[in-house]
Amino acid sequence: MNMTQIEPSATLAQLQESKPEKVTIVLLSGDLDRAMAAFIIATGAAAMGMQVTVFFTFWGLNTIRKKGAASSAKDWLRRMFGMLNKGGADNLPLSRFHFGGLGTSMMKLVMKQNRMPGVPELMETALDLGVRFIACTTTMGLMGITKDTLIDGIDQFAGVTTYLAEAKQGSVNLFI
Amino acid sequence: MQADVKLDTLGYFCPMPIILTSKKIKELTLGQVLEVVSDDEGIKKDMPAWCETTGHQMVGMEEEQASSGRIYKAFVKKTK
Repeated sequence: MNMTQIEPSATLAQLQESKPEKVTIVLLSGDLDRAMAAFIIATGAAAMGMQVTVFFTFWGLNTIRKKGAASSAKDWLRRMFGMLNKGGADNLPLSRFHFGGLGTSMMKLVMKQNRMPGVPELMETALDLGVRFIACTTTMGLMGITKDTLIDGIDQFAGVTTYLAEAKQGSVNLFI
Repeated sequence: MQADVKLDTLGYFCPMPIILTSKKIKELTLGQVLEVVSDDEGIKKDMPAWCETTGHQMVGMEEEQASSGRIYKAFVKKTK
């Protein structure tokens, strides 16, 4: 019988190669601070060589909407909702101390002064590092958000099973 | 400590130093050492953690006092 000697270090490396660590993040919130946390974790994980998927749902969809893009939903109720619910990564309010925009502007100024990347820059870095974006089709429908009003680079338009299929292989699953 | 390539991340907070490192390390050849200069204290813990996960080798960490504050120099050897 021909037995092959297995090099333990090689098999471990091969194993890691074949099954890289996965991170999945559900971004439900459309707040600036929460979106920042999500993208800092996403970019950090991607920089560590992990496979990262961000699933955008409800208000989280606002981060991947183009700024000022009008909803092209068919019925007026959803079109109206799409208009009232302003989108754009540059347009997110702070979860606290928003103060009608004043607090958020001040926070953005402080971030800029400290060379801290904002949500648009972090998002771009994430896409650059190969983070996959999934937009939730159910909430897109509910909120009158159409594909053409979302940024380029969305990997998939899908639902909960796609997220779960990803998440069950993940070692880190976050809901933000 | 001597490095082959230097990466200046002064003024950047987490996660930028690590992201810039992960991009820069791709430009090095095997065995070369990258020096990452940062003024974010978090790098003292973050860089060893990054090395452990990615498989690169942490070969040193230096700390010095500059006029603007403390500066950290992390030395990472490209091993894969």
